[in-house]
Amino acid sequence: MQKIKTIIRKEWADVFGNRLVLLTVLFIPLVFTVIPVGLLFLTRGASATDLPSELPAQARHLCPESATIMECFQIYVLNQFMLLFMFTPLIVPVTLAAYSIVGEKATHSLEPLLATPITTFELLMGKNLAAAVPAPVGTWFSVVVYALGARLLVGKAQAIAVFSEPMWWIAVFVVGPLLSVLSTNFSLMVSSRVNEPHVAEQLSAVVILPLLVLFFAQVAGLVILNRSLILLLAVTLVAVDALLFYLAVRLFQRETILTRWR
Amino acid sequence: MIHTENLTKKFGDVVAVEDLNLEVCEGEVFGFLGPNGAGKTTTLRMLTGLIAPTHGTAVVNGYRVGQDDMNIRRSVGILTETPGLYERLSAEHNLRIYASLYEVEDIAGQVEKYLRMLGLWERRHEAAAKFSKGMKQKLAMARALLHEPRVLFLDEPTASLDPEAAHLVREFIAGLSQEGRTILLCTHNLDEADRLCDRIGVLKTRLLMVDTPDRLRSNLFERKVVFHLRQADAALAEAVAGLPFVQDCTAVDNKLLVTLDDPEMHNPEIIRMLVGLGADLQFVGELRRSLEDVYLHLVKEG
Ligand SMILES: Nc1ncnc2c1ncn2[C@@H]1O[C@H](COP(=O)(O)OP(=O)(O)OP(=O)(O)O)[C@@H](O)[C@H]1O
Ligand SMILES: [Mg+2]
Repeated sequence: MQKIKTIIRKEWADVFGNRLVLLTVLFIPLVFTVIPVGLLFLTRGASATDLPSELPAQARHLCPESATIMECFQIYVLNQFMLLFMFTPLIVPVTLAAYSIVGEKATHSLEPLLATPITTFELLMGKNLAAAVPAPVGTWFSVVVYALGARLLVGKAQAIAVFSEPMWWIAVFVVGPLLSVLSTNFSLMVSSRVNEPHVAEQLSAVVILPLLVLFFAQVAGLVILNRSLILLLAVTLVAVDALLFYLAVRLFQRETILTRWR
Repeated sequence: MIHTENLTKKFGDVVAVEDLNLEVCEGEVFGFLGPNGAGKTTTLRMLTGLIAPTHGTAVVNGYRVGQDDMNIRRSVGILTETPGLYERLSAEHNLRIYASLYEVEDIAGQVEKYLRMLGLWERRHEAAAKFSKGMKQKLAMARALLHEPRVLFLDEPTASLDPEAAHLVREFIAGLSQEGRTILLCTHNLDEADRLCDRIGVLKTRLLMVDTPDRLRSNLFERKVVFHLRQADAALAEAVAGLPFVQDCTAVDNKLLVTLDDPEMHNPEIIRMLVGLGADLQFVGELRRSLEDVYLHLVKEG
């Protein structure tokens, strides 16, 4: 336990001392805050006449009975952005995690580290948490700013309708972190298999991004997200994350990582 | 303390270390000498449980390599070929991390002890990136010692240090040896090996020879004695060469270089003879072969 904590503290002290990495980590949540709040701001003057004549089918069931068509549309739009916050944690950890093993190999700090009595489990758990935790935390800040924006720029009733929905609580506080762990695990595995930091980052991104698009398209268009589906997603992710972490530990070959050069 | 049997490491087709049989006793300073690519670093990595031998066995501090690697890591210290510090973190922070990973109880105390001992205490808050090569090397040395290991593996501890810093590090290593630690040291510096090591092993994929520095010298080369005279000439050289126990004698700028098997026994007789012949004897000394001669000889042959 102590060693896991030590690794996490070390990673954060080291990584957040690097301004470029810090910026990359902050950039995505920042963009994902600015865009929706900006759109809310720009469309705040819209009136009922600008509305499409039909609301999408999935919009209606999100709204309380008492809501007007205008309010219902606003709630629908606010809801769409919440989806974005669920997926943000999937992208953010890639840079951190992709760098974490091969980066240490490149600076030769991996050898003395592996010479200490640390188990592979402890090492990877520390690295995993260090890379996975900042993303959801950053996203939560975005959500808070977004909620304030919704309250001020759209209206109290609409904000309450969106933010009191338990589905989004599960999405932001359970699914988001689990997705962060998913992409961390994945990038860590890539990081233990390549020889250069930038290759790790690109390779991880190449696989994570299509995954993200796929998820997004599917959830937004084909599947109507509801509470049970989100719960199912959460449970599945717990299993997938555990499996991926187990694989990451199993596939972590100390000797190969130290001595492979091509 | 360290015992290996036919320890072998291959990287694909490349044989890095072959059939290494080694016995290093407790408290001994053992030096590995060998040219680039001889397998020194590879051996150290095997003995610290970082890489697995292709075949053969090794026992370090009572623990078997490949079976008890965690205990080996816990009980040995290693100075790796490159310091590999966390450059953005301060010297103190670097050591704190390692003290925790090495399960040190009094982290603050041990960190302070070694920072002071290696003269880095005043600069403990500075990022390791700002340190000179020598300071980085010292910091890495401190890192290897935090958990007070009884066995130390040092991979070229004074490489790339200036003579003064190298001298300090050497003194430091001598001190560690006095505390009774077992030290296995890789080096290219023959003088360093000569001064620090109780025994030296010359490695070139295989272990070519193991012995004390003195015996390595005398076993490989016949012994020579130099007689400094006020004036030496061919006649004197010839007279000395005529003695039955002298193998060879030559005169070079007022010096007689005499090769013989047992100088302790026969030097007095030579001195009596020279004095009897009226020579003004100024000094008598043994012509010591440098370890470098021994090393070059072995490596070329091997
Ligand atoms: N990761 C590796 N992959 C393939 N071959 C390797 C690897 N590491 C070392 N070797 C080979 O093993 C041999 C021994 O290398 P090693 O690094 O142990 O030598 P060394 O004695 O430490 O040399 P130096 O004095 O230059 O540090 C060399 O032939 C080297 O090319
Ligand atoms: Mg080496």
